[in-house]
Amino acid sequence: MKPAPFEYFAPQTVDECLSLLAEYGEDAKVLAGGQSLVPMLALRLANPEQLLDINGIGELSGVRRENGSLVLGATTRHVTLERDPEIASAVPLLARVAPHIGHFQIRNRGTIGGSLAHADPAAELPGVARLLDAELDVDGPRGHRRIPVADFFETVFTTTLEADELLTGIRIPLWDPRAGFAVEQVTRRHGDFALVGAMAAVEVSDGRVTRAALCLTGVDAVPVRREEMEQSLIGATAADLDLPGLGAQAVADLSPSNDVHASSAYRKQVGAHLASRALAHAIHEATRGVK
Amino acid sequence: MSPTKIDVELVVNGQPRRATVEARKTLADTLREDLGLTGTHLACEHGVCGACTVLVDGAAVRSCLMFAVQAAQSTVTTVEGLSSSAGDLSPVQRAFRECHGLQCGFCTPGFIVSVTAFLEENPDPTDEEIRAGISGNLCRCTGYQGIVRAVKRAAELRAPEDSEGVTA
Repeated sequence: MKPAPFEYFAPQTVDECLSLLAEYGEDAKVLAGGQSLVPMLALRLANPEQLLDINGIGELSGVRRENGSLVLGATTRHVTLERDPEIASAVPLLARVAPHIGHFQIRNRGTIGGSLAHADPAAELPGVARLLDAELDVDGPRGHRRIPVADFFETVFTTTLEADELLTGIRIPLWDPRAGFAVEQVTRRHGDFALVGAMAAVEVSDGRVTRAALCLTGVDAVPVRREEMEQSLIGATAADLDLPGLGAQAVADLSPSNDVHASSAYRKQVGAHLASRALAHAIHEATRGVK
Repeated sequence: MSPTKIDVELVVNGQPRRATVEARKTLADTLREDLGLTGTHLACEHGVCGACTVLVDGAAVRSCLMFAVQAAQSTVTTVEGLSSSAGDLSPVQRAFRECHGLQCGFCTPGFIVSVTAFLEENPDPTDEEIRAGISGNLCRCTGYQGIVRAVKRAAELRAPEDSEGVTA
C-alpha cells in the first residue's frame, strides 16, 4: 500500500460532507474521481488525515439547463461530457474537449468538479470554464456562494475554495447556437496534458464579429483570458482579421515555464500559432454556410 | 494502534467476493493480495501505465486509482474473467496471440481489458481510433505495431456472423 493511512468517509449528502469538512478542515481531502488525487496520495505528495469520498452524494450528479446556463453537478464524469447529447447541444465545446482529457479509462472516473478544484493550469476543463465565464457553486458553513471563474483559480493547483467548502456544481452560460468554438492543443502523446492549449469562441453576424473569447492554457499559473483583444475584435470583419498577428499578440506578455518537456520560447511560439488557429476555426464554424 | 479495516463485498468475475481491507488499499492490491487474482498487474501504481486496468460495472478503469472500499457492491471483471470457464481465449486474447501483440507480457492484461472495453464501444475502429484507444496503456517491448494489428484482428473476430450476409 502506497498512500499513508487515512480515515475514510463516504457522506451521502452535501450537508453530511460539510459537517465533516467543518470538523476536519485542512486535514481532510475531498475525493471525487481520484484521477489526480490518488496519484498524489500514492506519491505521498498529499497526506490527508481524512478522505471524504463524495461519489455517493446524489445531489452532486446531474445536468440541467437553468436561466440561460448549463448547470453540471460536480461529480459529472468526463465520459458524460463526451457522450451526453444535451451537453453537446448546450455547450458544444465541452463535448469537443472531453476526448482530449486523459485516456478513456481516466474519463470513466474523472469529474468536472475534481478537475476544476485540482486547478492544473494545463488541464482542459479549467480552460473551458475560464473561456465561457463559468460560475462555481460552492457550499460551506457560511452558506452558499457563487464564485465567478475569474476569481476562482489563484495559482497552480490552488483555488479560492476554503478548506471547509465544497464545490457542488458549475454553471456555464450558453452562447448563441450559431457561435463557433475551437480547441487546439499540442501534446507529446494523445491524452497527455497539453504543453500549450488555446480555446476560442466567436459569434459572427453579417460577416462581423459580435462576440469573441480566447483562452490559453499551459502558459501561465492559471488559464489566461485575452479580454482586451476580444473587445478589439468586436465589429471587425471576420474575413479580414490578421490571425497570425492576433496569435502573436495573444502571447506577447506571457512568460511560460521552462521545463524538461518544452522551453519557454517554444511554448510561446506554439501558443501564438494555436491561438491563431483556434480563432480561425471558431470563426470558420461561426460563419459556416454563410458566403 | 492497529489500522481500521473495512469489510468490502463485491462481485468479481461473476463470483461474490469479500475482503477486509484498510481504506488506503487500492482495488488493484485487493484483487491481487486478498482475492488471489494476480492477472491484474501493477507497474507505475499512479495511473500512468494502464497495466492494472479492470472493468468496474462494465467501464474500464485504472484499479490503482480506486480504493477497494469504493468498489463495494460493484461488479468487477479482471483479465481472468474474460476467457470462458472452459479456458477458451476471448477474441481479443486470440488476436493478441495471433498478431504478436505481446513480447514480455507484463502490460498485456491491461491492454486486453482496455481493448475489450474499447471494442465494446467502437466495434469497427479506424487505425487512428485504435491508436487513441490504446494510448492509455504503455508497452515497453513491442513498439505497438503488433498491438495495433491485434486490435484490428480482434475487431474482425468479434464481428457478428450477420456481416456475412452483407454484399460488398
